[in-house]
Amino acid sequence: MKLLDINKLTVKFPTRFGEFKALDNVSLDVNAGEIHGLVGESGAGKSTVGAAVIGLLQSPGYVAGGKIHFMGENLCELDADAYHRLRGSRISMIFQDPQTSLNPLLTISAQLVETIRQHSDLSHSEALEQAIGLLKETGLHNVEQRIDDYPHQFSGGMRQRVVIALALCTDPELIIADEPTTALDVSVQKQILELIRTLCTTRNIGIILITHDIGVINEITDRVTVLRNGRVIESGPTAKVLGHPEDEYTHALMMAVPRLDKRLDRFKNIVAEDNFDESDNQWQVEGASAALASDWLLAERKVDQSVAASAHVSRSPILEVNDLDVTFYSGQPRWFGKRAGFKALSDINLEVRTGEVLGIVGESGSGKSTLAKAIVGLVDPSAGSMLFRGKALPEGSKRDRHHAVRRQIQMVFQDPFSSLNNRLTVERIIAEPIRFYGLSGDKKEIRKLVASVLDLVEMPQRAMLKYPHQFSGGQRQRIAVARALVARPEFLICDEPTSALDVSIQAQMLNLLKDLQQAFGLSILFISHNLAVIRQMADRVVVLKEGRLIETAETEAFFNSPTDEYSQMLLRETPSLSLVKV
Amino acid sequence: MLSFIFQRLLQSVFVMLAVSLIAFSLFRFVGDPVAQMVGQETSIEDQENLRERLGLNDSLVTQYARFVGNLTRGEFGYSYRTRQPVSEMIISRLPATLELGFVSLIISLLVGIPAGIYTALKTGFLSNALLVATLVGISIPTFVIGIFLIYVFGVELGWLPTFGRGDTVQIGWWQSSLLSWDGLKSMLLPAVTLGIYQLTLTMRLVRAEMQDVLKTDYIKFATARGINYRSLYVNHAFRNTLVPVITIVGLQLGGIIAFSIVTESVFQWPGMGLLFLDSIRYVDIPVMSVYLVLIAVMFVSINLLVDLLYFFIDPRVRLKSAKG
Repeated sequence: MKLLDINKLTVKFPTRFGEFKALDNVSLDVNAGEIHGLVGESGAGKSTVGAAVIGLLQSPGYVAGGKIHFMGENLCELDADAYHRLRGSRISMIFQDPQTSLNPLLTISAQLVETIRQHSDLSHSEALEQAIGLLKETGLHNVEQRIDDYPHQFSGGMRQRVVIALALCTDPELIIADEPTTALDVSVQKQILELIRTLCTTRNIGIILITHDIGVINEITDRVTVLRNGRVIESGPTAKVLGHPEDEYTHALMMAVPRLDKRLDRFKNIVAEDNFDESDNQWQVEGASAALASDWLLAERKVDQSVAASAHVSRSPILEVNDLDVTFYSGQPRWFGKRAGFKALSDINLEVRTGEVLGIVGESGSGKSTLAKAIVGLVDPSAGSMLFRGKALPEGSKRDRHHAVRRQIQMVFQDPFSSLNNRLTVERIIAEPIRFYGLSGDKKEIRKLVASVLDLVEMPQRAMLKYPHQFSGGQRQRIAVARALVARPEFLICDEPTSALDVSIQAQMLNLLKDLQQAFGLSILFISHNLAVIRQMADRVVVLKEGRLIETAETEAFFNSPTDEYSQMLLRETPSLSLVKV
Repeated sequence: MLSFIFQRLLQSVFVMLAVSLIAFSLFRFVGDPVAQMVGQETSIEDQENLRERLGLNDSLVTQYARFVGNLTRGEFGYSYRTRQPVSEMIISRLPATLELGFVSLIISLLVGIPAGIYTALKTGFLSNALLVATLVGISIPTFVIGIFLIYVFGVELGWLPTFGRGDTVQIGWWQSSLLSWDGLKSMLLPAVTLGIYQLTLTMRLVRAEMQDVLKTDYIKFATARGINYRSLYVNHAFRNTLVPVITIVGLQLGGIIAFSIVTESVFQWPGMGLLFLDSIRYVDIPVMSVYLVLIAVMFVSINLLVDLLYFFIDPRVRLKSAKG
């Protein structure tokens, strides 16, 4: 008998515009001691499967059809109390973000003991003993000393171990792990995945592993089911689905994942996400076109194009950073002695050559974003200097509002949902830099430019009439790129520009950035935690760790033979796509 | 934590100085104190003598210093109206107001918190009825509610007394109506009247905070672990709403005590509010200024108390301060 057998499950969410089918005839099964991967892009319904199995579908969603058999018992027929008794005791869950999945006001021992005693007759001290044993099993250090600590006193990886201990503490037969490593750094991710694998084997637990990351699927799952828009696309043993996908979508998805072991010039296409209709595509501002935009963007540089061309050859640096320190001071100054400070960056030396893409890579807390902020002037360095095109770059608070570099350096942020003002139309968002930097005063021309730039980033011109919330994450990020481009920058900082996007959208975005970079000879500082993305984008790589520069190298050389131990570790721990054939 | 308390106390001293300055200027500049004190037939010389004796001819700074000095020694001067020492008047009135404020707080919490949790968890007739009823409750001015309650429970049904404190028990200088049945009965109507606003606020705040907390991952995770619903809602969810709830409740409590004037006058409750009202009517400036200072003390200490409560509720605050 299968541990879990989901048969033609349909889940519906009633909305104002009729019912939305979150899951449509989904069938899959899980055996004991097996990790079954659920993979798909956002909106695929991966998490809905998990929620349906544990009976915690978000209201007003409901199971409209199909059966969920758990060890022969149909879960859909259980009453609310019986279902609740099942939760924790026989089916458990691991959530994505260890920062938010533990109650901040209770010690970890309190949370563990409560859960254990909820499902057994153990006394408090027996439960505590069991909790300590479990935490040791999950690899937490100094368990006896730390058991009465609160969640916020642990690091992310340690918290996820506590979360896993909590999911295990009642000896469940099935665990649903919803993106268990997405919020973690690669080195920690590897350890957690190994832990999940070990527990699965030694305790003979069935695990549903929900993830968007093909690398994770490749790493630890036995079988995998690919979902898209609530339907099962393909299902089977991991090696087969990843290596020899039968479905076109699965194949396209595999191709869209950036590879660590190989650099591609372009991602092959890819699942289009167009939700524009005819009227969107037909609407045009008179005279606007992508060609116009690119002429306009290059116009200023045509004057000294010969210079630029020669600069391109000589590879003179556009940006130099010398001995840069950034220190953050927490809270108020102390009454006595020095202010307590945290050194986010120390002794950073690097240069970005004209026309190159410099990739900055590092784990969380490595100071990647702080570096970007110091360059654009959002934080002030505490020591060191920066040179932009050979001239001193004043620190942020001393940089004049109309200083030329404010236009020459532009930035694209990670989260496209918070980096665009939702109260302005896209036209106003993109027109703002043109007006602010005085690049054009003519209303008609500005309108034409906005439409053209949208064309250039492969958005319909009609998008300018809408508001940011009407677009998906990928489309918003295009708008953000358009906004950065119209300032006619020479230097672009992209801080994790694709981290919030699905892989297929990420592939489109990376293609777009590559095209733009080549067309306009932009120098780009490309920040990412994802080594595979860096390999696809960067000419050279800089590795940061805890605010220090570890290694600088040419990309190909770096990925083939990194010299530093830390870089080697990063490369080793990043999930590979060994099963995916190119 | 000690340094935190010390810091807060230091801040309080500045707040108190500022308030006492206002109280002092009230004293000094709202009319001529001497003219308020003496009758019309007092001669100019006598007035001058009095002025000299009261130190009103000294420099402003000296006068202010003396004013603050007197306050800290507990010498609040004499009422213009009754010629009694202000401290005696305050002491005879303070317990009534504090008890009234305290009881109305208890009522508002005892009803407001469970009602807030209930309305956050359940939707349905009772939930909506509670929300609507309390909304009506705060939309109507306090005195109308007071009069309405008097009419129903005092006049028509005749269950409860409608004015005064009833029987009181003397404990040292504290006159308490909490210890006699009659006193408690007398307290019920004014306390409900005074507490209804606080009740609505507490309920709606608890409801909103609960709704937020219930959406968090840790509640979802605790549900997925099969924690029983009682513990889930009280121990996990409600505790996480306490910080904002306590902040607002604390601020409101100060307000209740300070501005119970309307309720006190409707129910002829012999408390500070009534005293303040009388003082205004007779321009009894010493009483007014002491009242002002006293209310400030109350606000400052309630706020300090609220900040200290954070320490007990939230380990993140507690441990951070232990470290730094």
